[in-house]
Amino acid sequence: MAQVTFLEAIRQALFEEMERDPAVVCLGEDIGVYGGAFKVTQGLLERFGWERVIDTPISETAIIGAACGMSYTGLRPVAELQFIDFIACCFNQITNFVAKSHYRWGAPVPMVVRGPSGGGVHGGPFHSQNPEMYFTHTPGLKVVYPATPYDAKGLLKSAIRDNNPVLFFEHKFLYRRIKEEVPEGDYTVPLGKAVVRRKGRDLTIVTYAAMMHTSLEAANLLAQEGIEAEVVDLRTLLPLDKETILQSVKKTNKLLVVHEDTRTGGIAGEIAAIVCEGAFEDLDGPILRVTALDTPAPYAPSLEERFLPQAKDVVEKARELARY
Amino acid sequence: MTRTITREQHLELYYYMRLNRELEDRMVRLFRQNKIVGGLYSSLGQEATSVGTAYALDKRDWMAPMIRNIGALLVKGVPPRDIFTQHMARYTSPTLGKDGTSHFGNLDKLHIVSPISMLGDLIPVMTGVAMGARCLGHKVVAMTWIGDGGSSTGAFYEGLNFAAVQRAPLVLVIENNQWAYSTPVQRQVPVRDLADRAKAYGVESRIVDGTDVVAVHQTAKEAVEQCRAGKGPVVIEAKLMRMKGHAQHDPAEYVPKEMFEYWKARDPIARHEKHLTENKLWDAKKKAEIDARIEKLLDEEQAFAENSPFPPPELAEQGVYCEGCHQIRADWKRPVEEVMPPKASVKAAWNVEDFGGLDEAVAKQAADTASVLASSPSVIPRSVATRDLRGTGSGPQRFLGPQDGPRNDNKRKAATHAPKQKAKAPARVRGRK
Repeated sequence: MAQVTFLEAIRQALFEEMERDPAVVCLGEDIGVYGGAFKVTQGLLERFGWERVIDTPISETAIIGAACGMSYTGLRPVAELQFIDFIACCFNQITNFVAKSHYRWGAPVPMVVRGPSGGGVHGGPFHSQNPEMYFTHTPGLKVVYPATPYDAKGLLKSAIRDNNPVLFFEHKFLYRRIKEEVPEGDYTVPLGKAVVRRKGRDLTIVTYAAMMHTSLEAANLLAQEGIEAEVVDLRTLLPLDKETILQSVKKTNKLLVVHEDTRTGGIAGEIAAIVCEGAFEDLDGPILRVTALDTPAPYAPSLEERFLPQAKDVVEKARELARY
Repeated sequence: MTRTITREQHLELYYYMRLNRELEDRMVRLFRQNKIVGGLYSSLGQEATSVGTAYALDKRDWMAPMIRNIGALLVKGVPPRDIFTQHMARYTSPTLGKDGTSHFGNLDKLHIVSPISMLGDLIPVMTGVAMGARCLGHKVVAMTWIGDGGSSTGAFYEGLNFAAVQRAPLVLVIENNQWAYSTPVQRQVPVRDLADRAKAYGVESRIVDGTDVVAVHQTAKEAVEQCRAGKGPVVIEAKLMRMKGHAQHDPAEYVPKEMFEYWKARDPIARHEKHLTENKLWDAKKKAEIDARIEKLLDEEQAFAENSPFPPPELAEQGVYCEGCHQIRADWKRPVEEVMPPKASVKAAWNVEDFGGLDEAVAKQAADTASVLASSPSVIPRSVATRDLRGTGSGPQRFLGPQDGPRNDNKRKAATHAPKQKAKAPARVRGRK
């Protein structure tokens, strides 16, 4: 098995799906000749041609609208947003047109919207965001946010094969920073299933995306102090794998939620409610959270470091929780 | 280009317009009886455009109607019962009561895409339908409609621009019905003809009298054929009038009486009836026969709707996701190998034929003017550049993409049947301050 980066794993998924199914087409800004702003789609145009790899104008609404229309004809479009921050430009198309299509009039929209998200690369307020919760609040969508190359490839393949619109968030901090052995040949990772990344008995850390790595780092530090944290990687935010969360909390009796999204309205609140509804009597302490600040993502490294959750913040909160 | 249509087609155009109007008249009565669940939007005065444009489509073609395109739905093959049940929120409606009005579609059989309330959104979606179908090798055309109001949305711009660069087989009908809810078109758009907007996208456009069903149909037919031949997209502006308020609750007191009177004299159905009579295409007996057929059909369809149940409450929880209820299949009408490697493989490079500078004549004029003004020759007075670059495709060719065909030259053709009453223009409405 070859070691591949997060980015290469995503590219492999696109290549393999386009090879497997001629109905898979890609469209987005600068994805063809240039190969994408992050080079995720490099090589696709050479192989699959102009009709299946479409460079678009800077028109996010047109990209999403056209992808939706293509999907009505039986194609399976994968739309790239150059930075996921620009998803705000096509919010209406996604939440009103695409998401409600199947419920309202029985027309499935088998399309994927993917793009680089998240902070830590000094991108400033418009190239660092985590807008997943706007869409996790939207029935009809599926929201995927992987943390490892293996998952990124397997989840993207599942997303492309799914009959529903899937938003696929690719944390850009991970693109070239992590490598993993990824099996050659076809495999998928199911949507809507979380995974336990580290077993532990003292508390549960529920997290996803880049914060999964921050949480694992914190868990290793905590282990040196004798605190064994279980780390649950959500992988999919919608539909949410409530079972895996509840199972872990019932075992450890304590819950810390860690996410890179801002605090208010982040998924931590939803998870806290789910645990109160499903495992209240198992709790031995308050549900705590470590999140980004309730501010826009700032530009200067010193500010961004304060804005984003750090491993030491997770360690600190976990210690506080372990004391109960 | 003059195109003759048969007597049978003339009569069918009448049939659909009359069916459209009678159906809506019945819905007004149902509304007053509280049997319409939500709002009711009238297309009174707009029947010729709805019917005439949709009548240009083949069965295989795709369309996405707007709220006032019940006529288009009927032409495409939607039974009147679907319109009744949609408005009455019955379980037997195409959306099972989940959405109302003309907010429904039919992907597989009729190729109709459902509208949403946000205006303009259908344009990029139908651009995608046109591109997708073309990729699959279907020789189809996608048609959608927008109002004068909706033509100011960003989605209109993005969708039409994308359709233009992709040469998508899209016919976009702008129904200029003079009013966006309560705001007259002059307060929305600073141009007299909305068709002019198409120029900015390099798209051919036509203007037609939207109350003349034959003219509308012939204009639409030409546009559809042009798109089918790979020369799309095409914009059609139909000038007409919304003869009622925005919806039933709106008495439209903001519309000057004279304006209603002007347009009442151009009622599309009365006009077509006159045309049929004058050209001896029917007689009173034939008219009575068609009207009776419509009456009988609507009696049955309305009874069906009124006897239909409301959806069971548990339906509210169902159908958010497709969980295997649909088989999604790409219906390839061309060899799949054409879009698969190695056949699809290309050199990933742009073919740039023009480097985007001013063309020589413009540059010379600019330099001359600049020297007269004794300013730096590199400064191009804006008035010169603007005047000379505006126009009909003689300016610099910006760029040709690899799969692009020849460029449109932005010319706008006059409709075959131009409005006859051109002399007396509609009263221009000035807003009150």
